[in-house]
Amino acid sequence: MIAYLLRRIAVAVPTLLILIVVSYVLMYAAPGGPFDTERALPPEVMANLQRKYGLDEPLAVQIWRYLVAIVTEFDFGPSFQYKDQTVNEIVAQGFPVTLTYGAWSFAVAVLVGVSLGIAAAVRHNSFLDYLAVGVSVGAQVLPNFVMAPILTLVFTLWLGWLPGGGWQGGQWPYVVMPVIALSTSFMASIARIARSSMLEVLNANFIRTARAKGLPGRRIVFRHALKPAMLPVISYLGPAFVGMITGSVVIDVFFATGGIGQFFVNSALNRDYPVIMGVTILTGALIVAFNLLADLLYAWIDPRIRY
Amino acid sequence: MNPLFGRRALRTLSDPAPGGRSLWQDARARFFRNRAAVASLAVLGSVAVFAVFGGLVTPWNNEQIDWSMLGSVAEEGAPSFANGHYFGVDEVGRDLFARTVQGTRISLAVGIVGALISVAVGTLYGATAGYFGGRVDGAMMRVVDVLMAIPYMFVLILLMVVFSRSILMLFVGIGLISWLDMARIARGQTLSLKNREFVEAAVAIGVRPRRIVLRHIVPNLLGVVIVYATLLVPSMIIYESFISFLGLGVQEPATSWGALIASGAGQMQYGTLWQLLFPLFFFVVTLFSFFFLGDGLRDALDPKDR
Repeated sequence: MIAYLLRRIAVAVPTLLILIVVSYVLMYAAPGGPFDTERALPPEVMANLQRKYGLDEPLAVQIWRYLVAIVTEFDFGPSFQYKDQTVNEIVAQGFPVTLTYGAWSFAVAVLVGVSLGIAAAVRHNSFLDYLAVGVSVGAQVLPNFVMAPILTLVFTLWLGWLPGGGWQGGQWPYVVMPVIALSTSFMASIARIARSSMLEVLNANFIRTARAKGLPGRRIVFRHALKPAMLPVISYLGPAFVGMITGSVVIDVFFATGGIGQFFVNSALNRDYPVIMGVTILTGALIVAFNLLADLLYAWIDPRIRY
Repeated sequence: MNPLFGRRALRTLSDPAPGGRSLWQDARARFFRNRAAVASLAVLGSVAVFAVFGGLVTPWNNEQIDWSMLGSVAEEGAPSFANGHYFGVDEVGRDLFARTVQGTRISLAVGIVGALISVAVGTLYGATAGYFGGRVDGAMMRVVDVLMAIPYMFVLILLMVVFSRSILMLFVGIGLISWLDMARIARGQTLSLKNREFVEAAVAIGVRPRRIVLRHIVPNLLGVVIVYATLLVPSMIIYESFISFLGLGVQEPATSWGALIASGAGQMQYGTLWQLLFPLFFFVVTLFSFFFLGDGLRDALDPKDR
């Protein structure tokens, strides 16, 4: 187990290194620099600035320095666009917001999805089953950027129940629509996966044995069937997490929640490279860490797995 | 001897063998029995016709502004046959029908290009890794692992920012990520194929590895590959629409479903709902059809799932 963990980390580190190097090279290749203004600076001033910030050195040296700053001081440099802020400050500003509705969305997607899937499998071919299948098929074609306008149209413009955007420190009316918009398609996928794997497990021999012993249905489902049936769901959690992090960009932009995504898109539109890179690298690190966690969870639930 | 029996026996013997049905014929029969899949195929066909020939129906194109609509889009811009704007106009007075036609073209093109790249690159890559196994396999799949752990959407946006937002760049970016899943699937299938007798026979008569992969492994992967390629098209369309929704994808005056949905959504408080609903309808209907088509193809081609 420890050896497996170490091996996984051994893959994760190069992944992040590649991500950092590639994004730095891309940025280096891009036109425009941090000191470009409407009126061009005198070349001497420019050269001085470049020297001061080490931008005149060879690419490899710059990358090395960027890397060292990240690893030793967790420093992603200053933002080009928000002149008085560093990337860290911007991320620190947006991250709590994204984390709040992101965690809610993840919880909703997993809890509702799994319950729906299990209920559908246990009551196979019932009305509930058809409802669950219908919902999960329908929600496949409703990614966050489709859900968000539809929700706003219905709940803000027509019914007037919920505010169409903003955050207000995370009061619940402002959280509801972001969470629903972000979680729906993942909830549907989780429900579909949970249903089909639960159906498979419920037809397995050991479940028939449990029934033959006369165990009550509830106990069979929760004590015997749940664990093996959750394995495919757990392996989907990694991709779902990635999808939600990505989706949060749309949520932030559409609902103006002030999360990281809003800064990211602003930076992308304004070519604020340090922020784009910082967010990309942090997201990459988050994804790698989460995938590791999901794998460990998988190994813990299924002791048959040997690495 | 009963003459009837004799004659019948004779005929059975003299008739040519009742030609065996090939795997593909079987698959086709199974596919056409699936009504949802056939209906989806028809819907996709009409969307494709709309994308290709839609421009011939309207005198407008995606960048022309109908100046008579300026300032009165909400009152007069609604869909109507009388003024020639079948889907109405957008917020600056451009014909939404023409823009939807053009957006559909881009969205479909992105989906199809992504699927083609994944089929070409992913299949070969996965088949090669799976066939050679061992260290080659380990190294090749490690590369896929590393690429998969990268937050592709962010990198794609970074690419779009750095190399100016062109459609070509969009295709390159989509192509870069689309083949990863396919490589894994192809590798998995190859692992189960490579120990079969026909591969062994090919090895025994001295066929080169390259030829074995191309002529013996890849054709046997096709069924699975087609199914996943079909399911990949909608996710490529979703990627592209996602980026365009954020305003980081296609550039004005060109458009795509994502960009149209975004601008429609931005206008909905003014009551010009058609600007949101027409693109949304095309998006949802097409994605639905691709999913059902993929399901139908899986039932038809992938015998494992039955």
